[in-house]
Amino acid sequence: MDELKLYTYIAVFGSFAVYFGIAWWARAGSTSEFYVAGGGISPLQNGMAIGADWMSAASFISMAGLIAFLGYGGSVFLMGWTGGYVLLAMLLAPYMRKHGKFTVPEFIADRYYSKTARIVAVACLIIASLTYIIGQMKGVGVAFSRFLEVDYGLGLGIGMAVVWVYAVLGGMKGITYTQIAQYCVLIFAYTIPAVFISLQLTGNPIPQLGLGSTLADGSGVYLLDKLDMVVTDLGFKEYTTDNMGGTVNMFAYTLSLMIGTAGLPHVIMRFFTVPSVQAARSSAGYALVFIALLYTVAPAVGAMARFNLMNTIQPEAGQNLEYAERPQWFKDWEKTGLLKYEDKNADGKIQYVADKDTNEMVKVDRDIMVLANPAIANLPNWVIALVAAGGLAAALSTAAGLLLAISSSVSHDLMKGVFTPDLSEKNELLASRIVMTISILISGYLGLHPPGFAAGTVALAFGLAASSIFPALMMGIFAKKMSGKAAVAGMCSGIGITMLYVFQHKGIMFIPGTSFLGGMEPNWFFGISPNAFGAVGAIVNFAVAFAVLKVTGPAPAHIQQLVENFRIPHGASTAHDH
Amino acid sequence: MKGKETYWQENLRLIFICLAIWFVVSFGFGLLLVEPLNAIRLGGYKLGFWFAQQGSIYTFVGLIFWYSAKMNKLDKKYNVEES
Repeated sequence: MDELKLYTYIAVFGSFAVYFGIAWWARAGSTSEFYVAGGGISPLQNGMAIGADWMSAASFISMAGLIAFLGYGGSVFLMGWTGGYVLLAMLLAPYMRKHGKFTVPEFIADRYYSKTARIVAVACLIIASLTYIIGQMKGVGVAFSRFLEVDYGLGLGIGMAVVWVYAVLGGMKGITYTQIAQYCVLIFAYTIPAVFISLQLTGNPIPQLGLGSTLADGSGVYLLDKLDMVVTDLGFKEYTTDNMGGTVNMFAYTLSLMIGTAGLPHVIMRFFTVPSVQAARSSAGYALVFIALLYTVAPAVGAMARFNLMNTIQPEAGQNLEYAERPQWFKDWEKTGLLKYEDKNADGKIQYVADKDTNEMVKVDRDIMVLANPAIANLPNWVIALVAAGGLAAALSTAAGLLLAISSSVSHDLMKGVFTPDLSEKNELLASRIVMTISILISGYLGLHPPGFAAGTVALAFGLAASSIFPALMMGIFAKKMSGKAAVAGMCSGIGITMLYVFQHKGIMFIPGTSFLGGMEPNWFFGISPNAFGAVGAIVNFAVAFAVLKVTGPAPAHIQQLVENFRIPHGASTAHDH
Repeated sequence: MKGKETYWQENLRLIFICLAIWFVVSFGFGLLLVEPLNAIRLGGYKLGFWFAQQGSIYTFVGLIFWYSAKMNKLDKKYNVEES
């Protein structure tokens, strides 16, 4: 066994041992502990747990790679996935915490006095969460197969078993404490390589400052200016101004991600775990601090990875790398098929340019940038091992949070709330654990046989949350008179129009060839791409709800009283059952 | 409870101010005004680019803590804090 493999085994299985230890120590005994950790998590701890919960394999592995190739256009992910926390802290979290229930559909059921609303909310939640988990499971499988060279399926199986142990045993309590440990692992794994690379390139150890510094080669040129020059010379768009489909599209995309973030149930339910309304407000702030630690480093990682990649292939203008002299990481990733070279002009050198006809790097998968980054920069083996453990921590922590959101909505909202109201607490707890086990098996199966639409569904999850859940919750708090009928009509039309637009572009359920209205120009609605359409869906939701409200009349007086009550913090208690 | 209405009005005013800042730093400086701002430099960063990839995030963090400190004071002023 070589050194790298040994380090990787130590990092990965060492971190798993820690998670198991925590799970045993923090196992849940009651439904309150299982759903909301007994309402006793401090804002600082909760912030860290939300950070790990929120930052998935996509944030850890994919985002910096996206930024590396989109440049300025990648800003939509940075602003969109952080700006949502401002909305959460001011518009949703404190009031929902005051109301003091276990789940998001339960809040919707109480506020809109309707079982239909509750079932619609559960359906949105399950679709959004399940599609997310498939992505996490795939991330686990890929990380295992690349770093430990085990079979993809076996890696997936190990990941499922680990999540099962601590999520089923510990519920929210076990998950929260495990996520705190996972946050520490993933943030170290992310920032340490970034610090090394920033130091190498600019002499400044802080990546956020390094990105704005001059290069350490003594030329006195700023890193970003040099990067702009290198990429435009090769015919690519300028790094710092490339605006991904225009300003309107970027605007809508950012807004969709922001309100989608604020509407994702597995994030909102974290605010039920803190002891008070005050703590709900501040834990959103702590969460964003911990998220910002990674999100402000990501643009540096992206730009520097792109810079190193360009420099490796073309050290000086006009001097291209001989294919025969390519470095080891190049060969490793070629084996996976995620990096492909084709010698089009048969000169044995690598030409990497924007023009499709002469470009010889025919495939550079964006997802490899973070994972290959330490190797491209010649960092020591233990750093590479740490990145493997970090990627797994990011994927596992998010999967656990999502599983809890699903199992609580099935056992608490559907079974206890709608179908079998006389379920005892002990049986409800057992039911949650069984539902969670089944969810793990389903998501594992889907991770092993990803359906054709898996890639497109993360966008759909955000679109759903943005166009249905967020407006319903916000109107529930800020429009006192909003009625159940109007809210349900709003939710249905918001989701409807968003799904229509997505399916019209990408095919019904993402099956190729079924996109109807095929003759229309791409992104026909003001140039907005399907991924960015959730914002439009949300506006439709608001408009329809208020129109229906005008026609059918306001909510009954006792509901308006309920709204008055959760608008003020006075008299809050820990999250409780009915 | 006396003053519940004004407590809510003051809260709404605070939210409005925060969201105005939230909008200006991200959608304003980071997207709509990015080109004119890019003429200004902040070290190696173009200013508009900096707001889009760094500045807006720092502002978001500050906003949440400022809002929650202000609200804690407001809770006390109207005597509606948790027991």
